[in-house]
Amino acid sequence: MKYIVAVIQPTRLEAVKEALSRIESFRLTVTDVEGIGRQKGHTEVYRGHEYKINFISKVKLEIAVDDKYVEPVVDAIASAARTGKEGQIGDGKIFILPLEDAMRIRTRERGAEAL
Amino acid sequence: MIKKAFVAMVIGFVLATVMHSLGQSATPVPATADSAKAAIIAAPAAAPAPAPAPAASLNSGDTAWMIVATALVMLMTLPGLALFYGGIAKRKDTLNVIAMSFVTFAIVSVLWVVYGYSLAFGTDVHGIIGNVQKFMMNGIKVDTLSSYQNTIPELIFVVFQLTFAAITVALASGAYIERMKFSAWILFSVLWMTLVYCPVAHWVWGNGFLAKLGALDFAGGTVVHINAGIAALIGALVMGKRRETSLVPNNLVATVTGAGLLWFGWFGFNAGSALTASGLACAAFINTNTATAVAALSWMFTEWFFNKKPTVLGLASGAVAGLVAITPAAGFVNVGGAIIIGVIVGFVCYLMVAFVKAKLGYDDTLDAFGIHGIGGIIGALLTGFLADPAINAAGKGLFYGNPAQVKIQLIAIGTTIGYDAVVTFIIFMVIKAVVGLRVSPDEELVGMDRSAHGERALA
Repeated sequence: MKYIVAVIQPTRLEAVKEALSRIESFRLTVTDVEGIGRQKGHTEVYRGHEYKINFISKVKLEIAVDDKYVEPVVDAIASAARTGKEGQIGDGKIFILPLEDAMRIRTRERGAEAL
Repeated sequence: MIKKAFVAMVIGFVLATVMHSLGQSATPVPATADSAKAAIIAAPAAAPAPAPAPAASLNSGDTAWMIVATALVMLMTLPGLALFYGGIAKRKDTLNVIAMSFVTFAIVSVLWVVYGYSLAFGTDVHGIIGNVQKFMMNGIKVDTLSSYQNTIPELIFVVFQLTFAAITVALASGAYIERMKFSAWILFSVLWMTLVYCPVAHWVWGNGFLAKLGALDFAGGTVVHINAGIAALIGALVMGKRRETSLVPNNLVATVTGAGLLWFGWFGFNAGSALTASGLACAAFINTNTATAVAALSWMFTEWFFNKKPTVLGLASGAVAGLVAITPAAGFVNVGGAIIIGVIVGFVCYLMVAFVKAKLGYDDTLDAFGIHGIGGIIGALLTGFLADPAINAAGKGLFYGNPAQVKIQLIAIGTTIGYDAVVTFIIFMVIKAVVGLRVSPDEELVGMDRSAHGERALA
């Protein structure tokens, strides 16, 4: 089992969700996050003064999957989260973590059964 | 191209307005007997000479309007100013900013009925201050009529003026936020209302020496806005900069809500200053709306030109600058004058807060000086040029053949600035010695909401 964490552009969330549902992956946890990376920040102007806003808004996705679904899910996210043809700095990253165990609270099923 | 067209349009518009206004001055419309009479009765703030008193009797129209106007002005401080300021402050300081306006309204409400009203509007002592005969509303009966407007009860005049005193003190907080001790602010509210607001209000409105000189201030350009603006500047200089000098609004929706409530409440402030339900009140009303709308546009286009984007904070700030500048002029100028005032104040105040403040380096957090101080000076000065006797016989400006008025306005502005600056500085030194001015660096970084109040604006 793997735990997939992806940080993507907020504008791509809908596209990623659709891509995942096309491969029948319907389980997804989404969080609004802020972060800093190679994209750097942006500026906002209030009363004529420019302020650098370092942290940029992103969306974090978390998905727990059985091993055989890792590649299709990662592929779906990567294709849908890219902006423009070549992709751009700031499009985000995908992290794949080993997942030791899981439990469905209602039934207490364990492992892959619980996903 | 678009920009050039904009500039050309704005310049053309200003020129047309100036020509129109001057054209009117060449052939002044003779005031009808009726409107002249209304003007004299209706401008106690401006007419030093006591109006020839017709038999004093309560007018229910005037009284009803003043009750409503007073309630409108109350709305300006709470929640108007509290939201306007609170939304621009940092998220961690929002509640503290709101608390400053709130506590000031409460403090001034008490002190005003105890002694503040008597000092400002009691029987004149040498043109400097009122006496204390009206301590605790002494001698003011339910049916006593105001000596400033003998068709309304004195009790409503007391509360009307109370709301002015409260918002003036609260306005200054804009320059102090995000670093001032709450106890220091409370002390400031008490001392500054007593030692600065009451005397200056007396000089201009309470038959003091500036009133006798003929200074024109319809609703508080000098008494309210220059006064609060200078106190803001002096306090910001004495306290020094915040540790994080950024201005990144936490909630512009609150700020716009506050600006809207200020605009709405200001109709009570300016039209209410006629003290009658009259044509003069309506002139003040239309001028207030006109100058405010023009100033919002003027600020927006100026910002668009210099910073590429028309901001919502800019629209709100421009509107407030317009409200400030039309305040002294509201019951004296015609609509052309209101437009000129709006264009100038939106442009100049933007330059003040965007460029001049950065050059001078003082940390006036919410631009209480840049908008209220500068806007008040512009309004008070332009009143000396644009006062149209056809609107109000009590005021005749330079463009209508009375150059002396500009000099009188300058004296009133200079006296207010000088007195306010000195006394505010002394008050700050006293506060520093008694409770201290600033919170500790840690308390400042954690944010005033948690360190001073133990609360959060948003969970």
